[in-house]
Amino acid sequence: MATTTMTGSSTRTTPRRRITKPLAVVALLALWLVAWTLLRGQDMLELPRATLTDLHHWLNDVNDSVGASRNSSPIFLYFFNEIRAVMDALVTFVQGFIAQPAYGRPVPVLGWLGVVALVSYASWAFANWRVALLAAGGFTLFGLQGLWQESMDTLALTLVAVFVSLLFGIPLGILAGVSDRFHRLITPVLDLMQTMPTFVYLAPLTLVFLIGPASATIATLIYAMPPAIRITAHGIRSVPAPPVEATDSFGATRRQRLTKALLPLSKRTIVLGVNQTIMAALAMVTVAALIDAPGLGKTVIKALQTTDVGTAFNAGVAIVVMAIVLDRVTTAASVRAEQGGGELNPRIRRLLLAGFGLVAAVCSYLSYTYLWASEFPDGGQLGEYLSQGATTVTTWAQHNLADLTAAVKEGVTIALLNPLEALLAESPWWLMGAVIVLLAALIGNLRAAAVAAVCVGLLVGSGLWNASMVTLAMTLVATLLVVTLGVVVGVWMGRSSRADRIIRPVLDAGQTMPAFVYLIPVVALFSVSRFSAIVAGVVYAAPVAIKIVADGVRAIPESTVEAATAAGSNTWQTITKVQLPMARQSLLLATNQGLIYVLSMVVIGGLVGAGALGYEVVAGFSQGQLYGKGLAAGVAIVVLGIMLDRIARAAAQRSDRAPSANQT
Amino acid sequence: MSTDTAVQPRGQVNDHQTPVISVRNLWKVFGPNAERVPDSAELAALSRRELRERARCTAAVREVSFDVAPGEVFVVMGLSGSGKSTLVRCLTRLIEPTAGEVVFEGEDILRADKKRLRELRRRKFSMVFQHFGLLPYRTVVDNVGYGLEIRGAGRAERIRRATEVIDLVGLDGYENSYPDQLSGGMQQRVGLARALAGDPDVLFFDEPFSALDPLIRRDMQNEVIRLHRQVGKTMVFITHDLSEALKLGDRILLMRDGNVVQAGTGDELVGAPADDYVRDFVQDVPRADVLTLRWIMRPARDSDQLDGPELGPGVIVRDAVRPVLAADRPVRVVENGELLGVVGHAEVLDIVAGNQAGA
Repeated sequence: MATTTMTGSSTRTTPRRRITKPLAVVALLALWLVAWTLLRGQDMLELPRATLTDLHHWLNDVNDSVGASRNSSPIFLYFFNEIRAVMDALVTFVQGFIAQPAYGRPVPVLGWLGVVALVSYASWAFANWRVALLAAGGFTLFGLQGLWQESMDTLALTLVAVFVSLLFGIPLGILAGVSDRFHRLITPVLDLMQTMPTFVYLAPLTLVFLIGPASATIATLIYAMPPAIRITAHGIRSVPAPPVEATDSFGATRRQRLTKALLPLSKRTIVLGVNQTIMAALAMVTVAALIDAPGLGKTVIKALQTTDVGTAFNAGVAIVVMAIVLDRVTTAASVRAEQGGGELNPRIRRLLLAGFGLVAAVCSYLSYTYLWASEFPDGGQLGEYLSQGATTVTTWAQHNLADLTAAVKEGVTIALLNPLEALLAESPWWLMGAVIVLLAALIGNLRAAAVAAVCVGLLVGSGLWNASMVTLAMTLVATLLVVTLGVVVGVWMGRSSRADRIIRPVLDAGQTMPAFVYLIPVVALFSVSRFSAIVAGVVYAAPVAIKIVADGVRAIPESTVEAATAAGSNTWQTITKVQLPMARQSLLLATNQGLIYVLSMVVIGGLVGAGALGYEVVAGFSQGQLYGKGLAAGVAIVVLGIMLDRIARAAAQRSDRAPSANQT
Repeated sequence: MSTDTAVQPRGQVNDHQTPVISVRNLWKVFGPNAERVPDSAELAALSRRELRERARCTAAVREVSFDVAPGEVFVVMGLSGSGKSTLVRCLTRLIEPTAGEVVFEGEDILRADKKRLRELRRRKFSMVFQHFGLLPYRTVVDNVGYGLEIRGAGRAERIRRATEVIDLVGLDGYENSYPDQLSGGMQQRVGLARALAGDPDVLFFDEPFSALDPLIRRDMQNEVIRLHRQVGKTMVFITHDLSEALKLGDRILLMRDGNVVQAGTGDELVGAPADDYVRDFVQDVPRADVLTLRWIMRPARDSDQLDGPELGPGVIVRDAVRPVLAADRPVRVVENGELLGVVGHAEVLDIVAGNQAGA
């Protein structure tokens, strides 16, 4: 940049340059407003719900022809169908074991007693007795809730997806850990997989693998494998150099170096990767109910579609409990992997292992043989109470908090959402497109502008321009709320260790929870509306943004803050003049991540009244003639995501370079 | 000098002995197309900075040659960035040298294939590292037996041998501790034991005591001297600490910016610095502890009474102070019956009082 060559004599150009940019942005926005008032309502490219464009028809045709060639085209016969068959076989096998009647029996091979016993035993053997108790309690709860079979379906799909993810993910991760070339090759692929809104590839997957457990499992493992690869590679790469060098100096072969130094030293991180993979898989398995995955997610979706908050809540509790159990058990296992068992004498431990193993085996046998140990006895009592309780609370809230919730809802809708939506969606598409491209050029760079131009073109081409703008408006409002929350709570946490200690576990818990569960209380409070979709997005994205800001504020050297205090700054001045400017990179990252997280909730939002792109995707799953449109809407969400991500990144890069230019 | 009983007296490495390691014109250049630098007389002559600007390369080791005699402690000394750690890694090819020869027992290591190199590392060399490089998830005994495990020894043999060397370095009783339960000095004893366990011919030490506090460092230096006397291995020792180099080294190689500045015994470095850099480097050394009578004796004058006591030329000045001051006439410096010179009160006092020799 020109500013880097600046010398002392020309410093006067600095302020002018700095003012030019915001001025240009303001001028652009003003021009846009003027043009909007004049041209409002023209060339909006609206598309009624049932109307299809040529593209959508064509996609329908593609779907049909793919469906027709499913049993004739070689690529299906020898590739996709094979994969589906293997997945189906795996899922059916595990389901037959714990969830569904199989092998000519009226019940699964293992009944509830066997599953509870085995899960507790494994938790104790790999982790500790505390989490074993947690696992036993959690799994018994599923039965008490009357959700045993649904829970086991979810668990079965999760297990299969995790198994396959790890089967490929860990070797790939090890390869990426030891080979620089492979690491360079796979990093952009993983980046893409992780920035892509997760619910979007459900549609194309069903095109190839049909709906059902197989494609649900495949969608899940696509989502769950990147963390396994990434974290394994990271673990191997961050092994400290001295022990590895020492190993080399003793003449270790490459295999010895891997098995004796790299793997043992990265074991803890790899187990952490397993934990992340399991959590990601569980989250996705529940969402994959959209493409007919069996299990708890399906119960939630059905209940949400009939606004039956009680049933949704009951199933939601089961999902959360399963998430907590799986998370705690694997976390405890990773701690044990690092520190070793320790507390017990190995001989006593071996005896206990054998003893409890025998107990678990006996329980499994009982649950195989006797009906009382197989089917959960008079289940559902607790579930009834939970449902009724939740319904009561919801009814109460709707009666008594209506004023408050309505006020919040109306406030945000009228003050933010409606004006922004009107501005974005009711501008002529060419005006809006030009504004986006120019903004990208002004706050980002030319490359971002070029990407934005292509994305605008694609959105217009998708036939869903207007819906995209409505979704964009909602996304921006949600992101604004996320960033506000991020800054307020993040700065608070960054400044106060006590706040951090109290809030962080809540955020962690929020992050381990499958995205789906958020919808339940949101719908309970705000009923089905655009605002509910926004709240769901905010609740999903806020923990990430808050944590990033908090860590950024925390990372500022203490001496800098001390210096500001010594200079007599009050709290407000310290925050605005020192902490926020120094945490600027974190703020930008929080904004970027907030955007991506919000956007990935768009499809989910479609379930609770978001309309626009989210609705089109959901409708596409359920109605054959809207399939093409839903697919196009999915692509439009990805395109929006790429566009916003690139602009935000370019803006971040630019502001990153600015201060270093000033220092020279 | 008591420490000189078991090892070769200082400054007396015999030229006729075949060296264990013989390094010739060794280069290590980091950067793109590094090989062209040693080949081109023009590039090779450039200073470090010019080389970086011209070829975007950094020469960490430049045309270094030296011999290590069997059983000696050979110290490579230099400040940080002088290339000493790179040099020692080049000797076992933990870092691949760019050019030159490293001849070990008649074999050029740089020509060895992977398998042969592994064999050498497993049987002939071992190394002690600055940051210990212990494996945190293994007990002391498993860490010490690690090299044996790599070369495929059975568990019983590993434990037997590991227990032996653990005793040797004075760690008995800690066999089943984990590294993070030990102090820094004890961890480095584990590193030392691990290096000794494989019974190598040559031990390489890469600044092994730099991370330790001064008292522990002194203990560990004494430990190395003791072990050297006990096991008599050839040692190549890297350090940035001059007093450590003088204390341990039979001979010292001083490096700067990848070049050899001077190579010689400790008293040669102090008594006859090759240039101002070396002179600066050694100026704070207590000279009486390092120099021998050879460096301070003067030719006998006619006025000298040549019937005083006799001392050898290799006697350190500090040890000669008493006999010289006690005598009422100059002490004669005699080697093999031949009078080399004499030392009087003035010469000794000059050194003890810290005056520059000959000044």
